[in-house]
Amino acid sequence: MSSKRPADGGVFALFGPQLRAVGLVLPLVAFIGLTFVAPLATMLSRSVYDPVVAAALPETLRLLQAWDGVHVPPEPVFETIARELRTARQERSLGRVATRINRVRGGLRSVLTRTARRVREAEGPAWRDTLVGIHAAWDDVQTWHAIRRAGERFTARHYLHALDLERRSDGHIAPRPDEYRVYVSLLWRTLVVSLSLTGLCLLLGYPVAYLIAHAPPQRANLLLLLVLVPFWTSLLVRTTAWIVLLQTQGVINSTLVALGLIADESRLAMIYNMTGTMVAMTHVLLPFMVLPLYAVMRTIPRLHMSAAASLGASTIQAFWRVYWPQTLPGVGAGSLLVFILAIGYYITPALVGGRSGQLISNMIAYHMQTSLNWGLAAAIGGLLLAFVLVLYLVYDRLVGIERMRLG
Amino acid sequence: MASTHNAHVEFEHVSKSYDGQIQVVRDLDLTVHEGEFLTLLGASGSGKTTCLMMLAGFEAPTSGTIRIRGRSVHDLPPRKRGIGVVFQNYALFPHMTVGGNLAFPLEVRGIDPQQRRERVRRALQLVRLEGLEDRRPTELSGGQQQRVAIARALGVEPSLVLMDEPLGALDRRLREEMQYEIRRIQRSLGVTVVYVTHDQQEAMVLSDRVAVFRRGRIEQVALPETLYEEPERPFVASFIGENNLLHGRVLSVEHDISRVEAGGQIVQAFQVGPCKPGDPVTLAIRPERVCLAPKPELYSNRFEADIQDITFLGDHLRLRVAVCGSTDFIIKIPNIVGHGAVLAGDRVQVGWTPIDCRALTPDEKE
Repeated sequence: MSSKRPADGGVFALFGPQLRAVGLVLPLVAFIGLTFVAPLATMLSRSVYDPVVAAALPETLRLLQAWDGVHVPPEPVFETIARELRTARQERSLGRVATRINRVRGGLRSVLTRTARRVREAEGPAWRDTLVGIHAAWDDVQTWHAIRRAGERFTARHYLHALDLERRSDGHIAPRPDEYRVYVSLLWRTLVVSLSLTGLCLLLGYPVAYLIAHAPPQRANLLLLLVLVPFWTSLLVRTTAWIVLLQTQGVINSTLVALGLIADESRLAMIYNMTGTMVAMTHVLLPFMVLPLYAVMRTIPRLHMSAAASLGASTIQAFWRVYWPQTLPGVGAGSLLVFILAIGYYITPALVGGRSGQLISNMIAYHMQTSLNWGLAAAIGGLLLAFVLVLYLVYDRLVGIERMRLG
Repeated sequence: MASTHNAHVEFEHVSKSYDGQIQVVRDLDLTVHEGEFLTLLGASGSGKTTCLMMLAGFEAPTSGTIRIRGRSVHDLPPRKRGIGVVFQNYALFPHMTVGGNLAFPLEVRGIDPQQRRERVRRALQLVRLEGLEDRRPTELSGGQQQRVAIARALGVEPSLVLMDEPLGALDRRLREEMQYEIRRIQRSLGVTVVYVTHDQQEAMVLSDRVAVFRRGRIEQVALPETLYEEPERPFVASFIGENNLLHGRVLSVEHDISRVEAGGQIVQAFQVGPCKPGDPVTLAIRPERVCLAPKPELYSNRFEADIQDITFLGDHLRLRVAVCGSTDFIIKIPNIVGHGAVLAGDRVQVGWTPIDCRALTPDEKE
C-alpha cells in the first residue's frame, strides 16, 4: 500500500511549481477579469438584454402575450398598464421605462409620462376611455406593439438598429425610413477610412522601415527614435499640433497664402473634416506599421537582394519576388494592428474630424455619454468586435496567424 | 592547371576605399585564366571579399579597371555580368522551395516553365540532390543548402562562378566532402571559378592557383606547391604552412646564395630578389627541412641548438629550440626508428641546406 501512495514531498514536488506559477499569474488574471473581461461582458450583454421594461410592466406584458395584435387590446390591459405605470412613477423608474419605449416608437415618452401623471385622478371602470382621453395614442395599435417590443428581455433590436433595420409590427425585418439611417453609412465610412489609413500607413511606413532596417546602426537608432518620438508625446499635444498646422489661419495655409500659391479667401479646409481625421490618424498610427515591418525587415539579409541581382533579376524583380514576400508577415501584422486600432479610434476624429470626419466610435461615445442608449452603443461595439474577429480569421486563413510577427 | 591561358578576368590597378581614407584594396593587378580555379586567400579584412564583390558588381572600384573577357565591366550591373555567385551564408530565399530557388534565375529570364522544370531537374542532378525540389531551404542540412546554392549559381550556365567562403559554416568533415564536390563540378563544367577563403588548406586542395592577400594587396599568385616551396614574401612563407622566420643582415651575395648574419651566426641562404650587403633580410626555413645531427658534406648550415621543449604529436615530434638568435625555432622530425633519443635541455646539432633557407625582403611593418 505504501508503495502505491507517493510520499508527501513527491506530491508537492509535482504540483508545487505549477501552483506557484498559477499563484504568480493570478493577480494579473484577476485584474484583467475585473477591469476588462467583466465590463466587456456586461456591455455586450446590454446589447441583447434589457429587463427594465419587463420588470416595470410585468402584468401588462403577460396580458399582451395573448393579444391578437390587430385590434386595440381589451379593457383589462388598459387597467393593468394604468396601475403599473402609476407604480413605476412612484418607484421613480418611469423615466427609464418611457425612454426605452420611446426608442422603439418615437413620441411615446410624453404619452407615458402624461398618462402616469394623470391616471391617478381618473380612476374608474372605463380605463380605455380614460387613457384615450389622456392621450389619443392609446387608441393606436402601434403604441401597444411598441410596448410589447420594448418589453422583450432579450432583444435583437439594438443590433437591428445599429444596422439601420427595424422589425415591423407584422414581425418581418425591414430597413428603417431614410431619415433615420445613419449607422450603416457610418460603418461603411469607418471601414473605408480604416482601410485607406492602413494602406496609407503601409505606403508611408514601408520605405521608412526599410531605411531603418538597413541603415548603419547609429543612423538606424536615430531614425527609430524619430519614429518613436510621437509615441512618447501626448496624443492631445500631437492632435493640437495638427490643429495649429492645418487650421484655416494655421501655419500651412498662412505659408501658402504668403507664397501666393492660394488666395487669402480660398484657404484650404484641411481640418475639422475627413482630411483632418486622415492626416492626424495616419500620424498617430504610423509607428504601429513601422515597428512590425522593421522587426521583420531586420531579419532579411541584404545578401538576398545581391543574390537576386547576380541571378539576373532587375531591382524591381528582386524586390517583388525576393524582398516583398519575406516582409509579408510584417505587412500582415502591421496592417492588422493599424486596421484594428483605426476602426475603433475615437479621440482624434472627435477633436479634428468636425462633422464629416466622425467615425463609428464617435457615435458609440455619443450613445454612451449623451443619449444614454447603452444598449445601442453596446450593439455597435459588438459589430465592431465582430468585424475585427472576421478580419482576424480571414488573415489566419490566408496568411496564418503564427506567421504574424510583431517584433 | 588552367586549360588555356586566355585571360578571363583582369584586374588592373584596382583600388577600393569605402570612406576615402582606408584603402581596402590597393593598386591590385590580377589575371584569372579561362577555366581556372583561382583562390583568393587571406585573413579577414585583407580585401579578398571586396575584390569578389567588385567583380560581381555589388561594389564599384574607386579607381582602376576590371575586365571580363577583355571588356571593361564598370557600366554593367550585376545582373548583366553573367556571373554566378555563391554567397557566404548561401543566401537561399527562405520563402521559396528548393525548386523555386533554382527556377528563379530562369524565371526572371523568361524561360518557359517546361524548360525550367527540366533544367532545375538537371541542376539538382549535378549536385546530387534529386527529388528535393519541394523542400524548403530551412528543411535541408547545411551541406545540402550549400549544394542548392551552388546549383542555383550554376543555373544559368555562367562561364564564371564566384564563391565567397562557401564552406565557412560547415563542419570539417562536410567541408572536405564539399571541397571534393566543388572541384568535381568545376572540372565537369569547365567553368572559371574565383574562390575566396581564409583556410589555406582549403585553398591548397581546390585551387589551380592561389592569390595570397595581405592588407589590400596581393603578396604572391602561384600554384599551391610554388607558394609552399618558393614563397617570395615572409608573409606568404608563414601564412602557407609553418615556417621559421629569422631576421638578419646580408653580408655578401654570390650566385643567388647570400651569406647572412643572424643572431651572431653566419647562415647561407637562397637569395630571393635583388639585395646588396647590409640589407635586412628575413630567412624562412621549413620546420621539416631541418635535420638533427647533419652530415657536414650535405649541410653547409650547421649550428649548436638548445632544445627548449619537445611535443609528441604521433606521426612526428615537434622540437622548440634556441638557435641563431631565435628561441622559437621549430623543428619537426618524423616519428621513425632512431629518433626520439633527444630530451629537453639537450644541446644538439641542427642543420639545413641553403636551398631550404630562403632569404626574403622583410615585410613592411604593420
